[in-house]
Amino acid sequence: MGKYLLRLYITGRTPQGNRAIANLQRICQAELDGKYEMEVIDVIEDPQAAEDARIIATPTLIKALPPPLRRIIGDLSNKEKVLIGLDLSSPEDEEGHGHG
Amino acid sequence: MAEPAQRPSVTKSPTGIEGFDHISLGGIPTGRTTLVSGSAGSAKTIFAAQFLAEGIRQYDQAGVFVTFEESAADIRANVSSLGWDVADWEAAGKWAFVDAAPQPGDEVVVSGAFDLGALVVRVEAAVRRTGADRVAIDSLGAVFSRFENEVIVRAELFRLASALKGMGVTSVMTAERTSEYGEISRHGVEEFVTDNVVILRNVLEGEKRRRTVEVLKFRGTIHQKGEYPFTIMPDQGIVVIPLSAIELDQRSSYTRISSGNVELDAMCGGGFFRDSVILVSGATGCGKTLTSTEFIGGGVDNGERSLLMAFEESRDQLSRNASGWGRDFDRYEREGLLKVVALYPESAGLEDHLIRIKREIASFKPNRVAVDSLSALERVSSIKGFREFVISLTSFIKHQEIAGLFTATTNSLLGGESVTETHISTITDAIILLRYVELFGEMKRGLTVLKMRGSAHDKEIRAFTIDGRGMHIGAAFRNVTGILAGHPRHVPSAEIERLDQLFRPAGPRGGD
Repeated sequence: MGKYLLRLYITGRTPQGNRAIANLQRICQAELDGKYEMEVIDVIEDPQAAEDARIIATPTLIKALPPPLRRIIGDLSNKEKVLIGLDLSSPEDEEGHGHG
Repeated sequence: MAEPAQRPSVTKSPTGIEGFDHISLGGIPTGRTTLVSGSAGSAKTIFAAQFLAEGIRQYDQAGVFVTFEESAADIRANVSSLGWDVADWEAAGKWAFVDAAPQPGDEVVVSGAFDLGALVVRVEAAVRRTGADRVAIDSLGAVFSRFENEVIVRAELFRLASALKGMGVTSVMTAERTSEYGEISRHGVEEFVTDNVVILRNVLEGEKRRRTVEVLKFRGTIHQKGEYPFTIMPDQGIVVIPLSAIELDQRSSYTRISSGNVELDAMCGGGFFRDSVILVSGATGCGKTLTSTEFIGGGVDNGERSLLMAFEESRDQLSRNASGWGRDFDRYEREGLLKVVALYPESAGLEDHLIRIKREIASFKPNRVAVDSLSALERVSSIKGFREFVISLTSFIKHQEIAGLFTATTNSLLGGESVTETHISTITDAIILLRYVELFGEMKRGLTVLKMRGSAHDKEIRAFTIDGRGMHIGAAFRNVTGILAGHPRHVPSAEIERLDQLFRPAGPRGGD
């Protein structure tokens, strides 16, 4: 499996943004075993980045690599949805695990 | 926090959309958001785009277009048919898109709470970058269908509206309606987004589509009430027809102009008034086209320019008719004293015809306008639409301080009144009736001036003949009654004399 390139867009350091960063770090450490690169982009500091990536909602996580490109919107508190978005969800893997 | 004691009153910014600023009494509230709500196909996107386009073209104000539905590329292409080169404006820094349309093949997963902070940031950045005074957002409904969580979307749109207010830009947001006469918009967005609501309608009325615009509310300021028809013109966009908002402020002159017929001038008390509208009504073949031809000829004889809007006959037919009455349309046109525009009534909606006529008048600058015939135009419209058309055209002609002559066809050969006449007789300044009169097995033609606002006029019904030099009005029909009713009846001379005696004053008086 290739390396994951993840970009997380947030609007300022709000509790919601911070929550998304923490949730993403936790999921990546648990599931991606170091094979990822994560970039946090604050659109207030870089509106053009939001324009280029056509971000409307924040937080938005974009899985740039591996393809296909996917967008996950929200503070990433629903881990299963995040795993679906990252194409990491396979029924055998996650069955039986408790909620985080 | 206390409000400052002196609140600034609501001022308005002209949109530049023709006619709209008239019915909104000056445009939309400055520095605020106006909701433009309409059903599918009601021209919401055009309204939003035109708001920006006219800002650039007329007021040198930059604009930001936020699109949630169509991509920026689609909008660029769609509005190019209206003559707006958006790409050019973008290059000049006058127009910026915030493209928030869904990406093709874009699969979005939602995990947890979110906001539309990035959108607000992008809009703010675009406004700062272009120095925009205007923002258009198209459309709110698309945002709701994008994100399932309606509570969040409402809150975030409210935040966007606040941000726009904070930046002091004047903005337009579009929203969908499910029915033409139901709730203001789907999702009830108007409740939290804006104090100002404009509604666009596209109603099916007697098999004809009729577009109207209504200013429903402007908080803290006034506007015209009710629906006004509008149309979408190529190379221009929305054109609102401000009917009853038309002010009756045109000056009335006492200057007389010739009808082109000496006898008719005499009957009218010395000719038509220069800025009046005359209706000529009669059955087919009775002399209406001749009357309008002479009206044009009368202008040419005085070196005046005439515009003939023909809806029944082709240019060549009209020219041939005219030459049969001693009037050379080809020469008049060569000399620049006449312009004939022949159109099929069915070729366009009435609103489009109206704008076409106005444009011809504005560009040719005639002294006289003849429309032959109005009845032909009536076929392509509802009664209400037709009345509005005539009011609007009449008002426009009077504003130009020129004379207008309209013809109308009656359905029955003898007597009767035309439908056209019934609907518009109160609007016109003068009415001339042309009638067939059947007498002793012979068809004669009769003419009477039924109404002549602001002037004495001949009230007799006169017989007239037509020959190679035009119309010749002769003596009144004596001894005949019931001509206008369509039942001419000969009255013996003895009877007339007896009636005459009844009303003769006691003293002697000079005869005539």
